[in-house]
Amino acid sequence: MSRLLAALFGRLPIGWLQLTHSKGRLAAAVAGVAFANVLVFVQLGLASSMATATLRPYDFFNADIMISAQDANALTEGGNVARQWMFQALADPDVVAATPIYIGMMNWQQPDLTLALLTFGIDPNNDAFIAPDIVRKIAPLRLQNGAIIDFNTRGLSPDVAASIRPQSPQTFEVSGQTVTLFDTFQGGGGFGSDGHMIMSDQSFLALSGGRSAGAPDHILLHVASGADPAVVADRLRGAISDQSLRIRTYAAAIQQDITYQSTQRPTGVIFGFGVVIGILVGIVIVYQVLSTDVADHMREYATFKAMGYGQWFFLGVVLEEALILAVFGFIPGSIIGYSMLSGMREITNLPIVLTGTMAFQVFFGTLAACAISGALATRKLAAADPADLF
Amino acid sequence: MGNDALKVAGLNHWFGTGEARKQAIYDFDLTIARGSLTILMGPSGSGKTTVLTLVGCLRDVQEGSVQLLGHELHGASRPMNESLRKRLGFIFQAHNLHESLTAEQNVMMGLQVHGLRGPTYTQAARRALELVGLGDRMTYLPQNLSGGQKQRVAVARALVGNPDIIFADEPTAALDKESGVNVVRMLKELGRARGTTTVMVTHDNRILDMADRILTMEDGRLIKDSGSLV
Ligand SMILES: Nc1ncnc2c1ncn2[C@@H]1O[C@H](COP(=O)(O)OP(=O)(O)OP(=O)(O)O)[C@@H](O)[C@H]1O
Ligand SMILES: [Mg+2]
Repeated sequence: MSRLLAALFGRLPIGWLQLTHSKGRLAAAVAGVAFANVLVFVQLGLASSMATATLRPYDFFNADIMISAQDANALTEGGNVARQWMFQALADPDVVAATPIYIGMMNWQQPDLTLALLTFGIDPNNDAFIAPDIVRKIAPLRLQNGAIIDFNTRGLSPDVAASIRPQSPQTFEVSGQTVTLFDTFQGGGGFGSDGHMIMSDQSFLALSGGRSAGAPDHILLHVASGADPAVVADRLRGAISDQSLRIRTYAAAIQQDITYQSTQRPTGVIFGFGVVIGILVGIVIVYQVLSTDVADHMREYATFKAMGYGQWFFLGVVLEEALILAVFGFIPGSIIGYSMLSGMREITNLPIVLTGTMAFQVFFGTLAACAISGALATRKLAAADPADLF
Repeated sequence: MGNDALKVAGLNHWFGTGEARKQAIYDFDLTIARGSLTILMGPSGSGKTTVLTLVGCLRDVQEGSVQLLGHELHGASRPMNESLRKRLGFIFQAHNLHESLTAEQNVMMGLQVHGLRGPTYTQAARRALELVGLGDRMTYLPQNLSGGQKQRVAVARALVGNPDIIFADEPTAALDKESGVNVVRMLKELGRARGTTTVMVTHDNRILDMADRILTMEDGRLIKDSGSLV
């Protein structure tokens, strides 16, 4: 290792020799960096799973424009949209199709647990609005109270989920009526629900007392091929009488939902905060280690300075130490972080993944944090006369 | 460049600021010829270390002129200081070896500063250690060397880069008499062989007879100059 570093730097690997000289301190420093890495990994994993979970239901549909109520910051939030606006939208020459969607929570009460299902009521005859992998399964939705359920629902064992087939349906009660599950589709647990369920709008309304067909949660539109959804959305904003509505392209709605989740909702803010805290903890630990190290070697550095070594040399030594700490902290940090995220995915069934990009970000973040701390730690050395350091 | 290794004129130095400001060096004038061994004596607190660090480029000159190897130190730039320091060898009272480097690596640091590296420089470092009688301690860490051995490593480190001037501040203080004398004898012999100028602060009477010239300081002033003793 020493030889490798010597070849790499073209000088004695002082940083390496210095760090390995006091093994206890090295171990503590590496543990500190690893800890900060784990913190950042876990928060990043949660934050990205939240984005994935937020995105997932949008994938069930296929639309160009979405009309929502003014306060509908997320797919599952906000008031209703009067269905009459759908007809106004259809008056636009470039709007070729429209469908209302109804969204609500329904509970599958089981003896020992309750599955909270985010349920979508859709028009099974308007299947252009339904994603291809789901559209294949919607035939049974035409039956009264027929539904399909998220295969990945948290609390639904894969065996039970796999057994739900059109030839072997499962039933459960909602508001005193029987819901029949005919099939499953790929969804995934989210932060606000255990999983998803899709049924016809008729069934949805029948099962949710008080909801009216005239007030869906959102209205989805398709525009004519060749028309720009953004331009059409602009035009609709002028054309539809209710000026308070949010009329956005489907892509913009998704983007705004993610932004809302990560900057406005407490969970998102906390995850973002966690990342920042992790980075700060890392910087503080590394700065502490490196500045103590510099302080402890001040006389020796002063001697080097007296010998004619310049600031670049000291910066190089400290950055070498920073690099070593970053690498050695990252290895256990990423392994532990990865195991923790895997464990959390097992337990929560959230779509938690650790991507290469995230690992890359954490590593380079660590490296940058270490380098900044290192550079700060050499400031005192730069300013002083060697004679004052002995 | 003149023939003088060092030429000091009207050097004054103060420590502290405001109320606490106190003059440590007064009107110091001195010229030292190349190739000589000069010893600087004086009671504790008389300013010997201060003078050595001022003329040795380790402390900024506040007032007066210090010409080191033909270069003015008063107001010298950082790169100038750094390049001059590379031409000096320092031996301090405390050896100041780097604790995590072996004897050999410590000596190599004296070469690396000149950009010298590779097998030849390892060889040179080993030769320097052999010269100070530590051929069998190359890979020892300072913690495993005796005080005298550590000081000899420091001597090897100061000499290995072939400095023009060696400044030594009580290099024998931490040593027993015999190894102290040995270290200085070594410095003198090696210095003489290479024509190196040496300026040394010491209280050690047994070393005085090795000097070419003896200077005495008191209260920040040069009060006695033996002139050339050779
Ligand atoms: N960094 C400093 N800050 C303030 N005063 C200092 C500093 N260094 C030295 N002095 C003062 O300057 C004077 C000269 O100190 P110096 O260390 O040069 O003496 P010295 O002759 O080397 O003494 P010794 O034989 O004890 O090493 C002393 O009065 C000392 O207190
Ligand atoms: Mg002194």
